[in-house]
Amino acid sequence: MSRVIVVTSGKGGVGKTTTSASISAGLALKGFKVAVIDFDVGLRNLDLIMGCERRVVYDFVNVVQGEASLNQALIRDKRIKNLYILAASQTRDKDALTLEGVGKVIEDLKTDGFDFIICDSPAGIEKGAQLALYFADEAIVVTNPEVSSVRDSDRILGILQAKSKRAESGDEGIVEHLVLTRYNPKRVETGEMLSVEDVIDLLNIPLLGVIPESEQVLNASNSGEPVILDEQSDAAQAYRDVVDRFLGEEKAHRFLTAEKKGLFKKLFGK
Amino acid sequence: MALIDYLLGQRKKKTANVAKDRLQILLAHERSERNAPEYLPQMRDEILAVIAKYVEIDQDQLQISIDEANGFEVLELNLVLPDK
Repeated sequence: MSRVIVVTSGKGGVGKTTTSASISAGLALKGFKVAVIDFDVGLRNLDLIMGCERRVVYDFVNVVQGEASLNQALIRDKRIKNLYILAASQTRDKDALTLEGVGKVIEDLKTDGFDFIICDSPAGIEKGAQLALYFADEAIVVTNPEVSSVRDSDRILGILQAKSKRAESGDEGIVEHLVLTRYNPKRVETGEMLSVEDVIDLLNIPLLGVIPESEQVLNASNSGEPVILDEQSDAAQAYRDVVDRFLGEEKAHRFLTAEKKGLFKKLFGK
Repeated sequence: MALIDYLLGQRKKKTANVAKDRLQILLAHERSERNAPEYLPQMRDEILAVIAKYVEIDQDQLQISIDEANGFEVLELNLVLPDK
């Protein structure tokens, strides 16, 4: 059974594409066949984060418009087996995607035996974002511990509950997961940042994971590697935990408290 | 100076708490708007039509909302009648 997952947030710049890339890579590393689709038509970036920007020949819009086959457009990841990327178009506008066209691509991916279809949503609540979430079985809501991000996440939760296929057909609703990114435990401890408990309290959805603010996220995007592959970093370990929990494993949450500096580090460290 | 800042900082309300309080109020308000029943706009129009049979009114003057108060759902109608 294929699972269709939308990675969404409402607000831009909170880490949707970073999260899509890492979760897709993490699931593929576990042996699942994964397709990750960039829905941000006109402002594609998933290809850049995944490091395949120079291998895009055909894109999602070409497939939807019947100008290329799905197989021609799917880019096979060079590092991880069973991971495929479907890039967004850079030249067309968001009206190039249609509900029927997107539905057909997702159906075809299911028929092709993909276990997970990850839809990387554009920011906003307009057509592109609505198309990305329409066919989803599950949603990963990416939120920063910051007022505007929390508000926009709540807005997108409202749309998930009202305007998705599952909501319209009266089936069970979309399963919602919270991924809190750019978390800074030190600032939470000093009362300058909303805590993970605060955000759960406000949004009232189950927590899938907390990704600590990490310098490695920028390093990873600089070099076009999903950050989850950088095994040394906190962010990668946190994303690995997210993938494990997503697959049903029970795992304690990590990186929620500030690292206590020893005397030596206090005196000589950064 | 750091010591003074530290002591002052202790007395000020933490900004994270301020953020949470503001969000709690805002989200409750936005959710109640979002969860308003689908029939509300049509009901509003029909009520307006009935009132308009008897009094001359400005169509935009009718405000209608459904709120929850003390466990009861309250339908609230607000209409300013024009001066004679």
